[in-house]
Amino acid sequence: MAEWSIRELEQWDRRIRDIVAEFGLDCFPQEFEVCDHNQMLAYMAYSGMPSHYPHWSYGKSFEKLKTLYDYGVSGLPYEMVINSNPSVAYLMRDNSLLLQILTVAHVYGHNDFFKNNFTFASTDPEYTLSSFKARANRVRDYVEDPTIGLEQVEAVLDAAQALSMQCRRNLAIRKESAEEARQRAFEAAQPVADPFRNAHSEKEYVAPDLRRNPPVPDDDLLLFIRDHNPYLAEWERDLLTIAHEEAQYFLPQMETKIMNEGWASFWHQKILEQLDLPPELNIEFLVRHNQVVCPHEGSLNPYHLGIKVWQDLDRQCTERGEGRDYLFEVRESDRDSSFLRRHLNEELVRDLDLFQYGPEGDDLVVTEVSDEDGWRRVRDALVGQVGSSSLPVIRVVDGDHQGQRTLFLEHAHDGRDLQPEYAEKTLAFVHRLWQQEVVLDTSIGGKQTQLVHNDRGFAVRAA
Amino acid sequence: MAIPESVFRPFRTGEAERSDRVAGDRARHREKVREAIRDNIADIIADESIIGQDKNRIIKVPIRGIKEYRFIFGESSGGVAQGNGETERGQVVGKQDGDQDGPADRAGDRPGVDYYETDVSLEEVIDMMFEDLELPDLERKRLRHIESERNFRRHGFRQKGIRNRLDKRRTARARLRRKQAKVEEIDRPRFPFHEGDLTYRHITTDVKLESNAVVICIMDTSGSMDTAKKYLARSFFFLLYQFIRTKYQNVELVFVAHHATAKEVDEQEFFYKGESGGTMISSGYKRALEIIEERYHPTLWNVYSFHCSDGDNFDSDNPKTLELAGKLSEACNLFGYGEIKPLGPRYYESSMLNVFRQLDLDNFQTVLIERKEDVWPSFKALLAKERLPAEGTDG
Repeated sequence: MAEWSIRELEQWDRRIRDIVAEFGLDCFPQEFEVCDHNQMLAYMAYSGMPSHYPHWSYGKSFEKLKTLYDYGVSGLPYEMVINSNPSVAYLMRDNSLLLQILTVAHVYGHNDFFKNNFTFASTDPEYTLSSFKARANRVRDYVEDPTIGLEQVEAVLDAAQALSMQCRRNLAIRKESAEEARQRAFEAAQPVADPFRNAHSEKEYVAPDLRRNPPVPDDDLLLFIRDHNPYLAEWERDLLTIAHEEAQYFLPQMETKIMNEGWASFWHQKILEQLDLPPELNIEFLVRHNQVVCPHEGSLNPYHLGIKVWQDLDRQCTERGEGRDYLFEVRESDRDSSFLRRHLNEELVRDLDLFQYGPEGDDLVVTEVSDEDGWRRVRDALVGQVGSSSLPVIRVVDGDHQGQRTLFLEHAHDGRDLQPEYAEKTLAFVHRLWQQEVVLDTSIGGKQTQLVHNDRGFAVRAA
Repeated sequence: MAIPESVFRPFRTGEAERSDRVAGDRARHREKVREAIRDNIADIIADESIIGQDKNRIIKVPIRGIKEYRFIFGESSGGVAQGNGETERGQVVGKQDGDQDGPADRAGDRPGVDYYETDVSLEEVIDMMFEDLELPDLERKRLRHIESERNFRRHGFRQKGIRNRLDKRRTARARLRRKQAKVEEIDRPRFPFHEGDLTYRHITTDVKLESNAVVICIMDTSGSMDTAKKYLARSFFFLLYQFIRTKYQNVELVFVAHHATAKEVDEQEFFYKGESGGTMISSGYKRALEIIEERYHPTLWNVYSFHCSDGDNFDSDNPKTLELAGKLSEACNLFGYGEIKPLGPRYYESSMLNVFRQLDLDNFQTVLIERKEDVWPSFKALLAKERLPAEGTDG
């Protein structure tokens, strides 16, 4: 056992909670669970969930984490918090007292963020643990069902997990139902009341195509397949739902990584400064804190970037002689992309020495640096790659292309090409679920290209 | 705003030991890795470090992870990263990964190539490799038999035995029986086990017998066999050696090394010693035939011969070689010839494959080994259960 006791932690926690309340953070009730490194690795493999449906990919993830840990390539995180109400966090048994204090303070930052940031509003934190458990039970039931079995479940889950992030990005915007979309298309096509219709010729009426499915391009690939492939069995539909729901739960965390880590780091620093730590703990705190938020040259440390922006906002508030109300507003209403676009200013970009790079022959070469001309472009490039923007947007355009029940997908190309091998293999998964020809319209090296997967296998053709 | 009371759950040792909740998924993943190893065995075999290893050793095989495919951006897309304060336009910050297998794990948020290690003993790898192979056309021959399988079977009980074969249930029953029989002193507080109570399971071995077989390995060790060629030849024989040792309990192995003259050598010398000199392939065959004549007569033995050479034979020796190869084929169930011709800017070298083409016999097989990746397929072609047509016989 390390040099601390649960009672000691509870005392520190009480003091920390007082400070947290004083700062005005607004948290779910918090639960801490002490675990050893093996349990921690297991929690990490399952994204912190105490129960989760089985799939070999989590075994792989564990193996990978363990290899890295055993070889000292990467340590373990000090903490792991899951977004639920009450919030659950894990503390590593072998960490020092200071690390536990630091972790507890950090956890309250995340807790407040989960509770208040708008992107998490759709995650139903009251039901997090129970819904993960229910999904796990459903999957286990299918695996144990003698008419289904592991192999078949795995085949569907492999495909579903590959596509699960192909979903709507902003869950705060309500999804329009097909009827509503058709209604809108119909209304849009109606001639508007034109007071000058005698003055000019009437526009020709074009009937909207109301039979098209989906009426507007659909981001939710799994859901579309679930609802429009009539040949799927009920349990297969359920597995697609499971994979989709899980992706929806994790999406907000992906969307707010920088903000969330920055916010928690910003507050753990403030809290520990208020705690009047004895000198030896204080020195350890400074060391650990700097390890967490130090810049990673040649890449990006979300903790560092996040805390820098929050500190800059805090400084501005202080200079204006205001309290921290604005900070709390920002933590509620932004996500990484908007946060960086609005609050990553020239001074910060320069201070962080952010740069943009791109390929040139075999090398990766700096294409833009954060000087007077370039900083905006660097910032915009960064905004374009954070959160879910690190994943390509692929939409269902037509579920009955050319009347052949071909699934026609389109990649909304934003200057970044798809990784060809991955695109090919993932398209095979789409085909497996759709059970009919699938076409992905994309652009490769500036050429409009269609990737096709049908019963004869994979093919590439010019569009 | 007051923060609600929090809960601390202390560490529970029992829990940690009881629940390895990843176990199921790890096992399943491991199975998938095994499948992947089986599919890529040629790549693993081609790795120099494997050849010549002790087969009980656990090797860490770096496995390129079972990929989880998704739609992701390609490498060419670039990104944003943080510099040291002095970054300038045009500065080179890294290399594009030329490897088409996946984007590199670098600066950003893309999934990297998953490398991780898995423990596989060389023996396991070998088992997986040789699953579908066997010495072809093994005939039933008289006289000696080889043990091909050795099974242990339970066969009754004994009063004496080793500790781990103690049958506790029967031992306890024997004690109870004795206790029941002892009418007078039934109230003794202790009634210890007696040596006579101890009952041990008895095990006998089942031996499945097969016809006897000998494998003759003939390797060219002449001067023209440079390091690369020798490496390929040895890889081939290493596989052969492991194969025989894994699948058969008692197949005999004979090693013949030849340059202009041939001699029988032991295993150590065969695998680790170099020689030099001109090449007279016939000498090797002659020596093999002599050995067969003396010790392994084909009426009693299944004989298999394998020869690896670069085919750079003295022209004058070719007719004799051809004649002896014919004879050797007659004496053997299978005679395999592997020609080692590493690719590269080499001057034209003579090839025995052209010469051997005149020899049209069912049990004479030739393969061409150009790179280390060819070793395993050639080996398989020679020994597959369903005999595949030996590939790449063009010189």
